[in-house]
Amino acid sequence: MILIKCPYCGERDHSEFSYGGDASIIYPSLDAPQEEWVKAIFFRENIKGIQKETWQHINGCRMWLEVERSTITHEITSIKPCHKNLQKVIDN
Amino acid sequence: MSSQRIDNFGKINREKQFRFSWENKNYFGYEGDSLASALLANDIRIVGRSFKYHRPRGIMSCGVEESGGLVTIGTGNKKDPNVRATSQELYEGLIASGQNAFPSVNFDLGSVNNYLSRFFAAGFYYKTFMGIPPFEWGKGTAVWMFFEKFIRKAAGMGRVSRLPDPDIYEHANDFCDILVVGSGPAGIAAAKEAADKKLDVILVEQDNFIGGDQLSETSFDSNNALAELRSLGVRVMKRTTAFGLYDNCVLGLIERVKDQSNPINKELPKQRFWIVRAKHVIIGSGAFERHIAFNNNDVPGSMTVNASKHYLNRYGVLTGKNIVISTNNDSAYGTAEALVKAGAKVIVLDNRENLNSNLTNNNFEVRNGVVPYNINGTREIKSLDIADSVNLTYKKIDTITCDQVLMSGGWSPAVHLLSHRGVKPKWNSENQCFIPDKAKENITMIGSARGIWGKDDCTASGIAGALDALNRLGISKTNYFFPKQGGWKNSIEPLYEVKYKKSRSKSFVDFQHDVTCDDVRLAHREGFISVEHLKRYTTLGMANDQGKMGNIIGLSLMADLLGKEIPDVGTTTFRPPFTPVSIGALAGRSVGKHFMPLRTTPMHQWNLNNGATMIDAGLYQRPWYFPKKNETINDAYIREAAKVRKTVGICDVTSLGKIAIQGPDSTEFINRVYSNAFAKLPINKTRYGIMLRDDGLVLDDGTCWRISETEYFMTTSTAQAGRVMAFLEELLQVRWPDLKVNVTSVSEQWGVAAISGPKTREVLDECLEDSSVISNDNLPYMGFISANLKGGIPCKIARISFSGELGFEIYILADYANKMMDILWNSAKKFDGCLYGLEALGALRVEKGHVTGAELDGRTTIDDVGLGKMASNKKSYVGSAMRKRGVLSAEDREKLVGFFPVNKKYTFDSGTIICEKNNIKGFGIGRVTSVTHSPELGHWIGLGFIKGGVEKWKNTIVIGSDPIRNKEMEIQVVSPHMIDPQGKRLHA
Repeated sequence: MILIKCPYCGERDHSEFSYGGDASIIYPSLDAPQEEWVKAIFFRENIKGIQKETWQHINGCRMWLEVERSTITHEITSIKPCHKNLQKVIDN
Repeated sequence: MSSQRIDNFGKINREKQFRFSWENKNYFGYEGDSLASALLANDIRIVGRSFKYHRPRGIMSCGVEESGGLVTIGTGNKKDPNVRATSQELYEGLIASGQNAFPSVNFDLGSVNNYLSRFFAAGFYYKTFMGIPPFEWGKGTAVWMFFEKFIRKAAGMGRVSRLPDPDIYEHANDFCDILVVGSGPAGIAAAKEAADKKLDVILVEQDNFIGGDQLSETSFDSNNALAELRSLGVRVMKRTTAFGLYDNCVLGLIERVKDQSNPINKELPKQRFWIVRAKHVIIGSGAFERHIAFNNNDVPGSMTVNASKHYLNRYGVLTGKNIVISTNNDSAYGTAEALVKAGAKVIVLDNRENLNSNLTNNNFEVRNGVVPYNINGTREIKSLDIADSVNLTYKKIDTITCDQVLMSGGWSPAVHLLSHRGVKPKWNSENQCFIPDKAKENITMIGSARGIWGKDDCTASGIAGALDALNRLGISKTNYFFPKQGGWKNSIEPLYEVKYKKSRSKSFVDFQHDVTCDDVRLAHREGFISVEHLKRYTTLGMANDQGKMGNIIGLSLMADLLGKEIPDVGTTTFRPPFTPVSIGALAGRSVGKHFMPLRTTPMHQWNLNNGATMIDAGLYQRPWYFPKKNETINDAYIREAAKVRKTVGICDVTSLGKIAIQGPDSTEFINRVYSNAFAKLPINKTRYGIMLRDDGLVLDDGTCWRISETEYFMTTSTAQAGRVMAFLEELLQVRWPDLKVNVTSVSEQWGVAAISGPKTREVLDECLEDSSVISNDNLPYMGFISANLKGGIPCKIARISFSGELGFEIYILADYANKMMDILWNSAKKFDGCLYGLEALGALRVEKGHVTGAELDGRTTIDDVGLGKMASNKKSYVGSAMRKRGVLSAEDREKLVGFFPVNKKYTFDSGTIICEKNNIKGFGIGRVTSVTHSPELGHWIGLGFIKGGVEKWKNTIVIGSDPIRNKEMEIQVVSPHMIDPQGKRLHA
């Protein structure tokens, strides 16, 4: 029963969202060598503590969010749109 | 024991009698009774049989901690097993029976187990697998498989009904500022204090009366207390259990709304499952009184001390005449006074030798330094052997004739809800109990749940709890303090087990699961010394009551064996639910056809009106086949598929995913997403495309249309529509924020019909205002145009075919979909056409070797399904690097092929394993994924995979093995393109 404060829609139940994955991955360019892709796709840290992850507000505004969540307490410490320009759009 | 209703005691309504049935006999109780109190009032002692040994069990407590009085309520489809008689409200016409007994709880053949008990010690299940020493006779799977059905039959308590549950359950949500759990003195004080500060307060009480332990006081009036709370604006929820506490102060509640007998309010649900979000949770869930382990402490008539006071002062039932109370703390003395006042003869055994403070008015005998040693009697208590507790070397000193033994081994705060939040309780040796630790979240523990025993202290702690909540919510800033834990005049002295001298004692730790002190010692001897192992090996603290009474005794025994203190042994974690929750309540209204939401296409009703039998495809319902009179599904789809190849057919294909893609960088975007080339797709052309996942496996296939320089229209498969949409959004928002592209799901906005077959042009000639727009020159294969249906209805027509015949897909605004179907069908009828469904669609595509979800199952690559040549070598796209991984391009990968039965009369099923001749074993060398009857070829055909593909196996005979259906047959491997491999028909 996590509450996620969508920057666009406000505070909502996590059942409106769908979990994406590890937000700390920097995806290689499409023409990058296979080794880089293997690293990005298959290797994950198993973090105990604050973890950066993506969530999509799938039953809401459909925005992809970057969420910092504690894997121990579920406490969420930061939420922002993944798209770098979207926050500016919302603020305006 | 002889229990009976007595005059002038209790708060039951003696004006209103209820008739109820117990074990097929009728009895009477009163309004305000629980089933347990009504049974006791009728002097019914044995209410059940124990789990393993089938020993007679009676009522042992007065609340949710009950581990003896588990009964079955109701009959037929309203049967509810393992209900605690102590928390079941009595109602008119209630039907209850005992369980785990044959033929009855009074005479149970299973009680032979009691004499075989040495074979049923802790871990006997596991030991069964190891065989019987010295030769490990019976070791191994086969023997276990044989015995399993008998053990399974013997295990468990009540039997659940196998009929559908006729009752309604509801889900509901609510919000409040402060939610208070429990309506004891602490809970009521907290609710009042918070409501006084104008906060929105919900008070939750699992009982049908509020008051908690005060219900056992003669002076307490529950109705007055309720009225007062309501007048302050507190929302009181009775008969409601807070079963779980979750993140962000979310509580799961179960409200018991309607009893089974109530015929008046048919619309009311039986139970309501509430999800309540509070800003702060105050928990006054009370404490559970523990029993004491000594030999035969389970004989009907043994009970916790405080329970007996509740039965007397709440229900007017005196539970015994000659009562022995055994205690190690002060709390039992109040009960002793009350019982004496009601006319019972009482002797108190107190293991403490010297008491600083006098606790009695000399109305009853107190024997200090004495403990219970052994109960004599099996079906009822005849007498109690007592022992000297000096130096803990228990020596039998006397026998007391009695009909009831009450036990108080101390109190355990109900820290369950806090434990759900991962806050471990800490041991308080002064009070011999685990008390709650401070929570970081907005949760405050009050009253005896905090380890505070005195009533006034509990009230004070409730007020302090409310102020604590107000402070932490930033509403006010008031100084407050919690009263100190404890509150007895004389300190408690540990008393967990009175060791029995003879071997094979039956000193029960956990009544419900028949776990004895010897079982705990056996677990220790066999190395299961951590509490978590102890729990799983002995089943101590499992099941219905989750060890609410016995857990601490088990821990103390283990601590003793290990030479440690209780806190060093630790405690198991309590997890939701606090008390059992019925599956029906969790399911709510999501049953039957409301199990999942239904998506319909805009021509759903049209399909039904025209005779469609529907099938679930994800959340959608799609036409499956259109049976004529007396046709089976096979008759119908074979006829439909044949018609499409011969004349013309129409099919609703609206459920495909549809995505509008717009923006200046759309072409770049499309080109990165699809594995095949898209950069040079001309306007008004559409192309079949395959998308890969990041890991190089196939995600989905579909078509993509170029509408203008900067605008595309994408279709996806029905199953992957949602996933593809979310993936495109992820790519644009997370990975490629520089691309100026917008994607919009337009799946619901369009209705789509596929029309295909050699007569398609004739049909459309009649349907379009200007049929020249679809001429071969104007609309070549894979082109699309805008057109008008007759009546000026605009539509888009794409020349796409899934069936392999000349075919078009007609896209129309959803609101006009029914009209479109009318127009098309009226024309098609004249050309001997048909409506066809998903089954015929499947037959047609299998004949052509087109893949769908059965083949694109998330394990296959683009090369596996024979489409590797489509993938571009000139560009990079999602999955392009990863699809070349070694494992994905290995020589022996399973590749798409077609299958024919060698004997053309036979068929095979999807899932059949393909093996080499004379080598039928294991996973084989391939599998069958789709099977259909081909009207064109006149026999059954299949698609599937085989290691090495067509190149290696073409025309070879292999074996199709189907061990589940016990079938084996010869199958010929053929090309997956089983009809018109050159695609001449498409271009007609």
